[in-house]
Amino acid sequence: MPARRELARGDYLSILGTRVLRTEDPKFLTTGGVYTDDVVDDRLAGACHVFFVRSPLAHATVSGIDVSAALEAPGVIAAFTGADLADLPAIPPSAAGLINTEMTQRLLATDKVRYVGEPVAVVVTELAYQGEDALELVAVDYDPLPAALGFDPGDSSLLFEAAGTNVAGYWGDPASLRPDLFEGCETVVSHTIVNQRVAPAPMETRAAAAVWGADGRLTTWIPNQGAQGTRDDLVKLLSLEPGQVRVITPDVGGAFGAKFGADPEHAVVAWVARRVGRPARWSETRYENLIGMTHGRAQQHTVTIGGSRDGNIQAYRLEIVQDAGAYPKIGAVLPMLTILMTTGPYDIPSAEAIAKVVVTNTTPIGAYRGAGRPEATAAIERAIDLFAAEIGVDPADVRRKNLLPKFTEPHRTKFGALYDTGDYVAALDAALEAAGYAELRAEQAARRASGDVRQLGIGVSSYVEITGMGDGEGTPPSENATVEVFADGTATILTGTSPHGQGHATAWAMLASEELGIPVEKITLQWGDTDLIPEGGGTGGSRSLQQGGAAVQQASRELIEIARERAAAELEANPADLVYDTSRSAFAVAGDPEASVPLTKLAEGERLLVRTVFSQPGATFPFGTHVAVAEVDIETGKPTLTRMITVDDAGTILNPLLAEGQRHGGIGQGAAQAFLEEVVYDDDGNPLTTSFADYPIISATEVPSYELAEMQTPTSYNPLGAKGIGEAGSIGSTPAVQNAIVDAVAHLGVRHIDMPATSRRVWEALRAARQGSEHR
Amino acid sequence: MIPAPFEYIAAESPGHALELLADYGDEAKLLAGGHSLLPMMKLRLATPAVLIDIGRLEQLAGVQADDGELVIGATTRHADLAAAELVRAEAPLLAYAAAQVGDPQIRHRGTIGGSLSHADPAADLPMALVALGGSVEIQGPGGSRVVAADDFFQGFFETALGPDELLSAVRVPRRPGVPWGYQKFVRRSNDWAIVGVAVVDGRIALANMGATPLRATAAERALAEGASPAAAAEHAADGTSPGEDMHADREYRRHLARVLTRRALEHQTG
Amino acid sequence: MTRIELTVNGDKRSDEVEPRLLLVHYLRETCGLRAANVGCDTTSCGACTVLLDGRSVKSCTVLAVQAAGQDVVTSEGLSADGELHPVQAAFRLNHGLQCGFCTPGMVMAAVGLLAENPHPTEEEVRAGLEGNLCRCTGYHNIIRAVLAAADTQAEVQA
Repeated sequence: MPARRELARGDYLSILGTRVLRTEDPKFLTTGGVYTDDVVDDRLAGACHVFFVRSPLAHATVSGIDVSAALEAPGVIAAFTGADLADLPAIPPSAAGLINTEMTQRLLATDKVRYVGEPVAVVVTELAYQGEDALELVAVDYDPLPAALGFDPGDSSLLFEAAGTNVAGYWGDPASLRPDLFEGCETVVSHTIVNQRVAPAPMETRAAAAVWGADGRLTTWIPNQGAQGTRDDLVKLLSLEPGQVRVITPDVGGAFGAKFGADPEHAVVAWVARRVGRPARWSETRYENLIGMTHGRAQQHTVTIGGSRDGNIQAYRLEIVQDAGAYPKIGAVLPMLTILMTTGPYDIPSAEAIAKVVVTNTTPIGAYRGAGRPEATAAIERAIDLFAAEIGVDPADVRRKNLLPKFTEPHRTKFGALYDTGDYVAALDAALEAAGYAELRAEQAARRASGDVRQLGIGVSSYVEITGMGDGEGTPPSENATVEVFADGTATILTGTSPHGQGHATAWAMLASEELGIPVEKITLQWGDTDLIPEGGGTGGSRSLQQGGAAVQQASRELIEIARERAAAELEANPADLVYDTSRSAFAVAGDPEASVPLTKLAEGERLLVRTVFSQPGATFPFGTHVAVAEVDIETGKPTLTRMITVDDAGTILNPLLAEGQRHGGIGQGAAQAFLEEVVYDDDGNPLTTSFADYPIISATEVPSYELAEMQTPTSYNPLGAKGIGEAGSIGSTPAVQNAIVDAVAHLGVRHIDMPATSRRVWEALRAARQGSEHR
Repeated sequence: MIPAPFEYIAAESPGHALELLADYGDEAKLLAGGHSLLPMMKLRLATPAVLIDIGRLEQLAGVQADDGELVIGATTRHADLAAAELVRAEAPLLAYAAAQVGDPQIRHRGTIGGSLSHADPAADLPMALVALGGSVEIQGPGGSRVVAADDFFQGFFETALGPDELLSAVRVPRRPGVPWGYQKFVRRSNDWAIVGVAVVDGRIALANMGATPLRATAAERALAEGASPAAAAEHAADGTSPGEDMHADREYRRHLARVLTRRALEHQTG
Repeated sequence: MTRIELTVNGDKRSDEVEPRLLLVHYLRETCGLRAANVGCDTTSCGACTVLLDGRSVKSCTVLAVQAAGQDVVTSEGLSADGELHPVQAAFRLNHGLQCGFCTPGMVMAAVGLLAENPHPTEEEVRAGLEGNLCRCTGYHNIIRAVLAAADTQAEVQA
């Protein structure tokens, strides 16, 4: 395991790899972040408030909307329906060409509604408190249609008549599946598994504030994951010129993939501001958030796994059905990533995967922490446990036997992924050792023998995932950074990434400080203003440090070289003879430290500024193993997560404090999917989980403290050696916890419990096993 | 989400509150801690035109001993009830139940009178009152009356409390040292009970097993006839027809009632 | 409209409010104290937690008129002169916050918890924060922070 970079560089200790406290925190802890709803700005003075009328039905034709009563209500300025926005283009599906192009969306529904929560009209009021009163007065005539739901919605009730089908498209050709894939396997196990629909549920809901200038430009504050992508979406949604939109990103209260780009509501708020001729604001309720913001996951997996009875996996097939919700957005593209990661960290001689994407009368699916990769991991990790149970071999041993051996040169999988570096067996063994795996198995055996009402389960999950993807091969993933040093000894960084909790301001300052010697506290990070930073990829897909951070380092180094030329002129020395001493932020002539010039002086005249773009050869592939320990009360079925032990190797760690925080958050969120969280609809497509009282976002009482073991295998793709860490926690933990719960009751005849493995599901599985019916 | 508009009147005395109730009739609602009512109003499931605030009336708060009973003012907050020495000593089940309601912030605001009048069958305090064989004092235009817990809860979110009446106090027997047990089965710790069981001195009450908190009479009878806790608990769900939701179907709830009753009986303290 | 008089972060105030005005909106819009956030509609998430007469409450489920005559403290009012309160400092030292949205409420809940139980166990801290949801931290460092703050306060008292 490579050592952390705490080595002395010159005569000082490197800040890289150290636990620097966040410079962001004092504000957040006292006056609080300035989220979109908190923004006080002269440009927004006198803003009106926008409220959305949302469909209460999953599927219906809209025969009329009467806003006249609402217009009479106190404070109502205006009300608009889809007819008012008819000149704006329909929103095409993601992945045009693969996804049925008839499946388009309007900013406000016109002829029909396709999910509960779909916006159909807006009312605009003087005061925020007047909106909900007025919403109740909008009368919409709906003619209900049968709801198309589930992974097999059929075509009897079409969401899009013009499409002629509820199948949005395919990833891969079902006809290409080989009938002989499992030939020669001594054991073949197959199971259909649901990777359930969950709600991203960032603590800050969606919001917007918008104002148009006299110059015809829109300025809009939106919580997002990348102002530039949000701007680009708004340009498309509102048919504007690219230069017409300025997006400003305030503090963002969590995103988890669901705040990328712009949603129809963001565009409508901007449209309203223009139409009524004054600034407009919108802030959704949690109810709206849970039905209106995209959901995540929603895949069904049929896994088939075959191999020898001593545990060699020879073949694996993954058949995916993606429920894309009512409109094929990013959800329709998730299977591509799932397929790419089909075999995970394993060396499986024969493997194939395909996906079918369907539309249903439910909230559209989007990205959610991991976005496609957690689904792949969940599928194969569950498949391996099913296989291990069938052949009676310890699931950890099956994993060790089939993991790819350590590699330092990139490894191309048969699904086309190019894994940069990996040492999967070491991660597995480190996690098992940290967990005390043998002792846990002994404890489990003792409890089984004694018939303890609280049975112990141990779940293992090995994973590899993709971070920092670009737009595909040929366009290497890249990010820009600008670093400027000022004569007063401060510095500013502009980044195309977009923090929403990760601690970029601290981390990027560390990187610049390392090169410039300027203290972290004197370095300010700016992001999320498209006029200031017109280009950038935002923060998502665990890309920020490896590209955005590397760009900061590169810009800082380039800045030193510019400064070196100026210093040489100042000192009348040869640039090559100058040494930059970061301990005093000054150039000195080698061998003559008295002949020196501080960096600040070099910034007195011409601006000392560098903008640079860093590109890396491709995505990186962090990996690890999670071990979950769960107790299951076999009388009530209640599972309790008692331990989480993880190894998450994301290459070289810049700030362990921040990296651990990312791991903790991912572990908690991933565990929540395993045994708590699920967006539930009834048979008519009515959502039942529309508040935090019903949607069980995990609390402090359902998780233990986490045990993190360290491992760092640097990537060669960037000079930081860094891979992404934002999503790994949620990728590893979900199947580990699910496997642990199943493992706790495996000796009672249970082979599988779908997620969330709630008390009820566990009890039902136990009952089914007891009744002798096959439950696998 | 915000409530629909209403008029707010701070009552100056319980009598004043009754006068206001008489004046406004169905239009008015009493407000104390507001932790049952305000959430309903924010969802616009309740839209009273007038709120009569009794939360400031000190004569309605606090715990006193009255011969064989503890008398607990209706606006006593859950946190105060849970911490009250007299309650902890002489009706520990009630103190414990109060400490199970919601979360700390909710317990700092919510009141026993509010919780009982709201009458959520899944809630802690209604079940505890039924288990303890307590009663409520009700004041109305015609004077005051006392209603036993078993008679107070009449249906799903329905009580014997009339629209012109005020629940002023709660009475529970003083039973220091009497064994009691409490089991609350939840998804997350601050969720409503999927099923709850409270037992004290041979009385067994169930939460969320029907439209009101229920007595498990068949199990009580079996216990009285000398059955073991395990054998008696087998009858805990007899005669119940609990509702179904995404957390539990009828059969699972009935199963939980039996398991939890056995555990409550077997793990009694006091 | 109803006139209310109350103390907010040590300042006496007198304001005309609509009876239905929620305390959280009174603090945010009338007082300009926007640290407390609205994260849900159902008294579930605790992002709006403030102290009312020294006890933690969810200010989205308290009417401003109900707070009349009382003493409100928000996270803005916990510390003076730019110094962090020991609980705030412990959150920073232990990286107990990420996006920050739940943080002011979480801090106030923790302050309320430690006032009632100065030496909690880990289990008591978890139970004491059951009414505050965080989507970023997995709670690990929040728990560490509150335990550390308890130790710090114990040292200060000793």
